[in-house]
Amino acid sequence: MSRLTTSAVRVSRPSSAIRLKGIGRVLTPLWLPVLLLVAWWALSARSTSPFFPPLPDILVETWNQWVVFGAWTNAVSSVQNLLIGYVAGVLIGVIGGSLLWRLRLLRTATNPIIYFLYVLPAPALLPAMIAIFGIGDMRKIALIALGAIWPTLLNTLDGMRGIDAVKFDTARALRLGGWRRYFSLVLPGAAPQIAAGMRASLTVGIILVVVSEMVASNSGIGYFILQAQAEFAIKKMWTGILVLAILGTVLNYLFMFAERLVLRWYYRSRALHGA
Amino acid sequence: MSLTQTGTVLAVDGLRKIYNEGTDQANLAIDDVSFHVDRGEFVCIVGPSGAGKTTLLRCISGLAQASAGSVMFEGRRLTSVPDELGLVFQDYSRSLYPWFTNAKNIALPLAARRVPKAERAARVDESLRSVGLAHVGKMYPWELSGGMQQRVAIARSLSYRPELLLMDEPFASVDAQTRFDLEDLILRVRRELGITVVLVTHDIDEAIYLSDRVVVLSKNPSVVKEIVPVELGNERSQVQTRSSEEFLALRNHLLSLVMPHEK
Repeated sequence: MSRLTTSAVRVSRPSSAIRLKGIGRVLTPLWLPVLLLVAWWALSARSTSPFFPPLPDILVETWNQWVVFGAWTNAVSSVQNLLIGYVAGVLIGVIGGSLLWRLRLLRTATNPIIYFLYVLPAPALLPAMIAIFGIGDMRKIALIALGAIWPTLLNTLDGMRGIDAVKFDTARALRLGGWRRYFSLVLPGAAPQIAAGMRASLTVGIILVVVSEMVASNSGIGYFILQAQAEFAIKKMWTGILVLAILGTVLNYLFMFAERLVLRWYYRSRALHGA
Repeated sequence: MSLTQTGTVLAVDGLRKIYNEGTDQANLAIDDVSFHVDRGEFVCIVGPSGAGKTTLLRCISGLAQASAGSVMFEGRRLTSVPDELGLVFQDYSRSLYPWFTNAKNIALPLAARRVPKAERAARVDESLRSVGLAHVGKMYPWELSGGMQQRVAIARSLSYRPELLLMDEPFASVDAQTRFDLEDLILRVRRELGITVVLVTHDIDEAIYLSDRVVVLSKNPSVVKEIVPVELGNERSQVQTRSSEEFLALRNHLLSLVMPHEK
């Protein structure tokens, strides 16, 4: 309700006020990160500790390592594995979740196994993955996919089971059946929760891409970080962590952007009704 | 169009509904209900709250199966919701799909009935116009007021030109003024399309105002107490009809049927 009133007030304001408010909305979530960066810069400026080099030095080193010396290929390899593994995992998650929703017998039969796999930390499976797929990209992708499946699968199932029974009665009254019912009701109805699951899957995927590169690997950001640390090139190690953080942030924002676009109806209807 | 044809659209005979039949939680919701609805008729079903009105509507729409007795729609035994039946639920916000625009919501049953794509848009427009909402096709249901949403839901069930329109407390979730508007809307639509309507309501005044006949149900487990003919003519108006002598007499009669203990 309160959102409705603010939007009504905003309309009557002059356009400069709207612009000011828009800038404010962008700046509000930024003040803390900016403050922390400034603090990092100031506190590390005179640092002589080999473990905590000054921030400007790290930034220069990042440019040198990742652009000039060509370490960017590591980032490319990481992103490639992440995307393939993530997409595969999410697809399996949505399809598997849908099947479990549709087939009750399958659901009751697989329930214990799913929760068993869900609580098992995916990195623990890395040795097994190496044994099965060897040490190439395949086992990295497989590990990422395996970890990404569960949040999406469980949220898909949960989202589909949570759809209002009246909407299914409506589908029967309109004579929506089979695939038409799936694509006009079940999938969009569960979409907000599927998206939440996919977001959790992305976080798991980013963790697993690094883990998979830290064992028996010769490429990727994780490999770069571990290698730098082993060479005692601490500044170089920090650049890897920085690149990883930037990459993770960018991917998260891209995801949020895509989610807002696809689920526009959901966010707009919620904003309108003050939920 | 079908006003000239005669015959029975819906025939309910000895309908009985027991929930959880055969278990110790068995619950007799409907004991014995029989009534017929002729083509072009407007029939309202009233009863005290908890009379199993919604259960009855679920059974005669094919959403639920009767435990005993028969429900015949156009001479066929009902096993699922038939193609030529329109259903309007009480809660529009739960029955409209918020992820689709109003036009897409209305096009859903058309697509399911394999209406060619080119024809769908025209039918959607036609349905929206018939409920007086020609301009909202591109908007989403949640961008409209409650009364407008229910009109979209009505347009959706009219889009495939059903023989029979079944409505479950369709005006219970809107304010009084909107309620009057929607009542007149449904009377007009019924006149224009010559459609048969069965409407479930707890509101006796509404039932008299709208219908040609009122089926009065008893308290749970339901039986038909009486079927009351309403002879108020085809032209009705909220102010005059509701204050006429006949209306008040019918109102008293129905009240005494629904609430016998207050006599």
